[in-house]
Parts: sequence; C-alpha cells; structure tokens
Amino acid sequence: MPLDDLNDLPLAALHQEFGGKMVPFAGYSMPVQYTAGVMAEHLHTRGKAGLFDVSHMGQIVVRGPGAAEALECLTPISVVELPEGRQRYALLTTDTGGVADDLMVANRGDHHLLVVNGAMKHADLRLLQAGLPGIEVSMLRDRALLALQGPLAAEVLDRLVPGVAEMRFMDVGTFDWLGAPLWISRSGYTGEDGFEISVPAAAAIGFAQALLGHADVLPIGLGARDSLRLEAGMPLYGQDLTPDISPIEAGLGWAIQKVRRTGGARAGGFPGADRILADLDNGPSRQRVGLRPQTRAPMRAGVPLYATEDAAEPIGIVTSGGFGPSIGAPIAMGYVPAGTSTDAVLYGDVRGKRLPVAVADLPFHQPRYVR
Amino acid sequence: MKYTEEHEWLDAKDEVITIGITEHAATQLGDVVFIELPDVGREVTKGEEIVVIESVKAASDISAPLDGEITEVNEALAETPGLVNEDAEAAWFFRMTTTTPEEMDGMMDEDGYKEFVGE
Repeated sequence: MPLDDLNDLPLAALHQEFGGKMVPFAGYSMPVQYTAGVMAEHLHTRGKAGLFDVSHMGQIVVRGPGAAEALECLTPISVVELPEGRQRYALLTTDTGGVADDLMVANRGDHHLLVVNGAMKHADLRLLQAGLPGIEVSMLRDRALLALQGPLAAEVLDRLVPGVAEMRFMDVGTFDWLGAPLWISRSGYTGEDGFEISVPAAAAIGFAQALLGHADVLPIGLGARDSLRLEAGMPLYGQDLTPDISPIEAGLGWAIQKVRRTGGARAGGFPGADRILADLDNGPSRQRVGLRPQTRAPMRAGVPLYATEDAAEPIGIVTSGGFGPSIGAPIAMGYVPAGTSTDAVLYGDVRGKRLPVAVADLPFHQPRYVR
Repeated sequence: MKYTEEHEWLDAKDEVITIGITEHAATQLGDVVFIELPDVGREVTKGEEIVVIESVKAASDISAPLDGEITEVNEALAETPGLVNEDAEAAWFFRMTTTTPEEMDGMMDEDGYKEFVGE
C-alpha cells in the first residue's frame, strides 16, 4: 500500500471512530483534534499518555557502505560517531546556510533511518538521492508512525512490548508485537518522556487499538501536538525554521558536534558551512527566543515585534504562537536581534494594537526525559 | 430567541438585545482562550467586527448583528473565556439597543437555525 499516494493514512478508520476532526495537512487528511478538544488532549499528554498518529512524516532508509560519511556532506551533525542503537537530532542545510529540514537520524545497524517532516519528505528524498550517489535511499511506504507520549507512556508501552521501559532517551531498537516488527525510539516532540513507533501498515490499526485500550491513553490530534511542542520550545519546520534561517540563529548550535565545527577533525563540508560556522564562531545577528505576551491576547505567527510602542520599523517577528494549556497563558517564539536580553519588553502588533510581550527563556515547560 | 448565519443568538427583552454565540459555534471554535469585547457606548453598524475570539486553534470575530449602540458587556467572559465552551447559551457577550429592530423579524428561529447547521 503506497502511503504517499493516498489521502488517508493507515489509521483513518480509527480517527473516525474516535471523532477526529479531520483537516488537510502535508497532503493527507489528519486529525487536528478528537472529541476531548485541544486543551484536554494537551493536558492529558502532560499528565498521563497520549497517542499521536504521525504517519504523514517521512521514514527514509539510507543504506550502503560509507553512508554515514556521505550523510555528513548534507548535514552538520556527526553521523559517523552515532553508535548503533542511538538516534540524534539533525538538520539538512541549504547552500546559503539555512535549514532545508530538521529530522531524526537513527543508526539501526545495517542502515540509517531518517524521520523527516511530512511536508518536506518528497523534497528531502530528492535531496538525499542526489546528494548520496551510490547509496540506497528509499522512502518506506508500508509503515505507519505512531508516538506515545507522556509520563505513563513507558509503563503502558512496556506491557505490550516488554523491554522498552529499559530504553534511554534517544535509544532505538527493534521489538516484536504479535509478529510485527516495531522500530521504536525513545523520543518525541512534546517535552515528555515517550516513544516513536514505526509499525507495519497492516498491523497499525491493531497496535493503536491495543494502546488505546489502556484507560490512561487518549488519542491526541495535531492541535495539541503543536501546543505541546511550543511549550517545550521545539521549533517547527516551515515556521520557526526556514531556508532563510541558520541553525545558529535558531538556537540549534547544540546539535552540531565539536568534530564538525571550526577546528574539529571533520569541520565543515556540509551545505552552507561558511555561514553556519561563521555564525557559530562570531555569533548570529538574530536569535530565536521565547515570548510571553503580557496581556491575555495570544500572538500568533506573523505578528511583527517592535522595540517600543511607537517605533516605525519592526525589529523581529513571531514565528509560532498560541496558548500554552500547561502554562495557562499565551506563549510564543520568534526572532529578535541577538543580544536582546531575557525579560526585555517588546511590542507585538495584534490587529493594529501594540501589545507588550516579554522575551523569555525557552523552554516554557521543562522536558522530562529519561536519560 | 433569534439566530444569525454568523452563529450568533439574539435575545430581545424590551429595548435591549443580548447577544452570544451558539453552542454549535463554540464547539467548532474549540477551547476559547481570549475574548476582546467592545467598549460600552460604542455606536456600531451591522456587519462591523466588534468582538475578537481566540481559541486554541485560531482567531475569529463576531460582527454586530444590527445597527445600534453597545450598552453592556460581559466582563466575566473576558476574565474566564472558557465559559463559552461550558455553556454558550448562558455566556452572553454584549447587550445593545438598535435603531433597526425590524431586522430581527427576518432572522432564523431555533428550528430554522438547526436546519441551517444541519442538526
């Protein structure tokens, strides 16, 4: 079943059963929320465990001799030193030092598995195929991707798949569920402990139902996925990360290991290395920061930021924003000039009114990973 | 009770009309997190956007259903926007007087509104 030729993903029937409100997203029909609603789904994930269908994301296998070295020509992270059974956050960069996509790279022994954004997966596939000559690069078309997130995720999943509770944050492994090989990583996009589970499409509904059969597990839509990742300070590709923004401006310098930086044994050698390493060495001109609107009005993506209430020209922009259910207040992230201090008060233009917004540290919600 | 195609309900008592949004609209909006109400005494024209509602998902507006003047707003709603999701029929937004009361005759009644939203 070629998933990317379909508008519906393997779990479409299940979304319907749980009252999913379906919207078009990344070329698929995806649930933005279920009957509980975004707020309840968000809080349930922070308190217990939430199940997300993220099958729209791309799962790309890279296999062949020298694949790790070759991947380093496309990404500033160290792939060569990524041990088998481990996963790492990565970026594909553009020739001008911007971000082409952000992704996870897992070393699964005889291949690397790349999990990329749904809206970018076809472009990523082309970029990888062109950039990795002689190496097998293929999009998996017969696997769904689920995420089980929240403080009870490990306990719930371990009952179905014994052994997963022993994994540490960013471990990956293959497990069996009733004969179906599950590719599991202990990771996620919510700021909670949890797992991402690649499951054969044919077993996806049965596996999801088994998880949802647990009283502590609720299905969670994309709406809460967005508010959870926003509270966790995680950037969203297409909003907070774009081809115009360097990884350093985005505050992702931590993802670039020493060995790939200036003076490292394998420094540079990735697209846009000049700008990215210069940003690392000299500091960028703008930076991604957290933002806390000082009134109740949320500030959403696109709100321009001004230094004062009557300044003529904006100095920054909101790239993601909304309401943080666990914070109980509006929160946002955006770009401001480098050196803008935490707690500095700027003004966002909301429907023609300049409203105060304070620069804040990210994340808003401290992650609870099991390291 | 009268209803508009913008999913507002209007409850007229004497000269004063109380306005809110329908349960159908509240459900569609999702969890409401912010409401901006108009100033009392403001003269409004029909169709003018006078209330901002932000839910966890998006921002939307309520427009004035009639020409007239705002006489009272529900400050409790600005304090606790989630009241709209708890009971949309009770969570009124504002009260107004109108210069065109006859326009209400052309609005939908409850059955008409139910048919309009396909319930």
